[in-house]
Parts: sequence; structure tokens; C-alpha cells
Amino acid sequence: MTDVAIIGVGLHPFGRFPGKSAIAMGAEATRAALGDAGVQWGDVQFAFGGSYEVDNPDAVVNQLGLTGIPFTDVYNGCATAASAISLAVQTIELGAYDIGVAVGMDKHPVGAFSADPVQYSLPSWYGELGFFLTPKFFAMKIQRYMYDHGISHQTLAAVAAKAYRNGARNPNAFRRSPLSIEQIAESRMVNDPLTQFMFCSPDEGAAAIVLCRAGIAHRYTSTPIYLRSSVVRTRRFGAFEVHTPSFPLERGDAPTTDASKAAYERAGVGPEDVDVIQLQDTDAGAEVIHLAENGFCQDGEQERLIAEGATEIDGPLPVNTDGGLLANGEPIGASGLRQVYELVQQLRGTAGDRQVPGSPKVGYAQLYGAPGTAGVTIVSR
Amino acid sequence: MDEHQVAIAEGLITLDADEPRLIGSRCPACGAFTFPAQEGCPSCTVMGMEPVQLSRTGTIWTWTSQEFLPPSPPYSGPETAETFAPYYVGFVELEGELRIESRLVGFGDEPPHIGQRVEAVLVRFRADEEGRDVMTYAFAPIEESARD
Repeated sequence: MTDVAIIGVGLHPFGRFPGKSAIAMGAEATRAALGDAGVQWGDVQFAFGGSYEVDNPDAVVNQLGLTGIPFTDVYNGCATAASAISLAVQTIELGAYDIGVAVGMDKHPVGAFSADPVQYSLPSWYGELGFFLTPKFFAMKIQRYMYDHGISHQTLAAVAAKAYRNGARNPNAFRRSPLSIEQIAESRMVNDPLTQFMFCSPDEGAAAIVLCRAGIAHRYTSTPIYLRSSVVRTRRFGAFEVHTPSFPLERGDAPTTDASKAAYERAGVGPEDVDVIQLQDTDAGAEVIHLAENGFCQDGEQERLIAEGATEIDGPLPVNTDGGLLANGEPIGASGLRQVYELVQQLRGTAGDRQVPGSPKVGYAQLYGAPGTAGVTIVSR
Repeated sequence: MDEHQVAIAEGLITLDADEPRLIGSRCPACGAFTFPAQEGCPSCTVMGMEPVQLSRTGTIWTWTSQEFLPPSPPYSGPETAETFAPYYVGFVELEGELRIESRLVGFGDEPPHIGQRVEAVLVRFRADEEGRDVMTYAFAPIEESARD
């Protein structure tokens, strides 16, 4: 099968940009990625665009150029960007085209996501009674995990403090002010045990990557980053998931675990080979759980690892070096492409103040969200 | 059954004030349970799940507090930003059956805890257009004296 390389990445900062459309941010991120790759929009043979709020992310062509290429829009919950990436990779692997773009963009209103539960294959009473909310699910998942595996409240606050500290070193982040463990732990309770500063916020932003057949990557860059695998999985019976009125007694693996195993297998690497990690930290508890679900530790080891600073930029398991979702917020369509943007900077050695030491070679990115969809992307030099 | 009461959804609960039961379904092929009832089995994928009244008692598997007013729609509770009071939500494990999401009611100053014994109760959620009480299920702690 044809190997695939990333030759350019671009990002529109994440945050709040009154008066600016998601499409405009998507076009800017794409132009930045094209500039980084040294190619013109006219050289691009296909594209995938991801968004939740924008029906037609392909409308970026109005600003980039009407070249007639196949441009397919995708939406797949919080794994939207992973879906855009994996479809772009498959298109090149199949030999259909040599060079393409994956772009994601969003512009969410302030506040928790809201929708019609019936569109999620749920009864309307589930929404009427107030169950159709994602934050309380994440709270219940970490509440049980803390009970089963001895994770403390202090650890949750420490995860968030690390995110804001890393965000302060990232000029593109939404939240760039460090917060102390005490400030985080004592902020307003949202869903016990999670406080206000332990949750990410939906916000705005865009990110894009230019991919090509690996065989031609050196025409464009001296530092291609190879896309070793990109896998999307949905929940199986037994997984404890967002938006579920019930689930069985016998608990099965999470979709993240399934996607992770498949991605490692396809990439031919294991968690011990990964040098820099991006995890879906919708909330501080999710980062803790996802460390184990992606194979970076055993359940319960997080308590010690986080206390020791293992997940800091200079630790053995650097996680969310750009501040993750907690510091960047979550424009759904762009979130996973932001993760890959950061991994590419880290692997190229261009991450500046937040550069992981020791010339990292393998990067790992995971997305997870409603209604039980996960995506994992592995890249390497 | 009280004429002034209506369930929030048909086929969800029995409106028995003393011993309300939640209605789920069980797969005759593989034995899997769901709540609420549905036709297609999420485990073995065949059609033909059969409605079943679930156990009235169980234990709290996990819980949280809901400390902000859920956005409306879809939320249809009667509270306003001024009258909203935080409440508890959790998953209740019904032995030998499944775990179901529910409001947890009847807790005083002490929050719920994992492993706590609870039972299904009927609660008034809101009034409908005809002034009837819209009833739903919740789980409440089993009184010390009633405990096995």
C-alpha cells in the first residue's frame, strides 16, 4: 500500500473571533498549510472538510479558487477531524490521487452543546428530563473511574493546571493564563467531581494539513512527517458511552481502545515507541482515563505518573503539549487537525517554547466524543 | 391509576404509586437487556426484543450532580434560572439485568455514594397543557428499616 506524508500544516488560532466566519478561518488555515508545503491550491487534487456548524465546509473554495476538485464534507461528532484525515489518507493509499487537503473549521455558540436527542436515536423524554448533556456523562465516567482506580481530586486539578500552563506557551491557544491547582479545584462545581476549569469550552478555529503520496514528499519538504495510521471506531455493546439511557452489566472496551489497538497495529508501533501524545481532554478526567485507554499506562497508574510530572512537556509521556482541548477549546471540525498540527511542529523540532526535548520521532493523537466515536492518528518522522 | 397523572412517555414506566416498575426489554435470543424497550438487539443485532418489567431495587454504580440548568429545548423541566436547584443523576445497577441512567432523589445533606441501595420511585416532573401531572421515574435511597 502507498505510504502517505504530511508536507504542510496550517492553523487559524482557536478562541473567539466576533464577525469572522468559520469558512474564512478554514480558508486561512488551508492557505497557511499550502504555504507551509510550498504548493498552490491549484496543485491540490482532492479535499475533505470537517465541520459541525457549517453545512458546507467545501465552500472554502470560494476563497481558495474554483478548481473543480472532488471536495467531500464530513461530520462525525468529536472524531470529525480524524474522519477527514483517515478518508484523505485512504484516498492516497488507494492510488486515486497524489496530493490532497484535510481541513476542519467551526464556530460554536457559547455554552454546552445542545441538540435534538431524537437525531441521536434517543427517545425525546431523554432530552426532556435533562439527560441529554455531555458534561454529566464525563463526570459520571471519571467518578466511577476514581472509585475503581484510586484517582484523587488533586490529580484532576493537576491535569487542568498542566493544560493551562502549556496553553500559556502556545500563541494560538484560547486560554493562555496559567491557573493554580487551588484555583481550578475551587472554581464553580459543574458536575461533581468536575469544576468549571476542568472542562473545555466549545469555541472557534480552523486547522488544515496537506498530504501527499510519500514517494513525492521530498519535492516539497526536507522534513516530511509520515502518516502511519488513522483509524476511526464506534462503540461496541458493553462500552459506557455519552448519551446512553442504559448499558449492560458486562463492560466492554471503549471505542478509543479499539481505535488505538488498530492504529498501533497498522502503524507497526506500540505505546512504548510514542514520544509525544495528544489526547481528547474534554475534561480533566478524560485525559486521565484516555492515558490508559490508549495504552500509555495501566488503570490507576495515572495518580503516581501525574504527581511525578510524567505528562509534562519534559516528562517521559508528554501529553497535550499545546494545552489540549482545555486550553484551546473545541471547535469540533478542527480539533483533531489542531492535534496533528502540534505533533508535526514537535516532530519537526519547531514547537518553540513547548518543544519536547530529545528530538521526538513518533506522535500520537486521539479524539473521542458523542455518541461513542473515537479516532486515533499516528505520525512519525 | 390516578386520572390526573400521565407518564412522560408511553411504555416507559408503570404508574403504580407504591411499586412503580421501569419497562425495559430483553432479547429472547441472547438475553441482553435494554432500557427503554427497543425492538432490535444492540448485542446480537436480531429483531424481536420483548418488553420486561425491570427490578425495582438496585445499587448506585456512579453519580454526579447537575449544577446548571440544562438548555431548553430539549429540557422541559419547570425551573427557571432563578428557581433552579442542583440535583443528582446517576447510573443504577439492577442485579442480573443492566445499569440505567436516572435522577437520584431523596438525598439530604449527604451526596449519593457508589454502592448505595436505591429503589425506583415515581416523581412529578411538570404539569402538561391539561394540568395533569407528568410523571417520571427516579431512584431514592432505601430506608434503613426497609433494608434487607
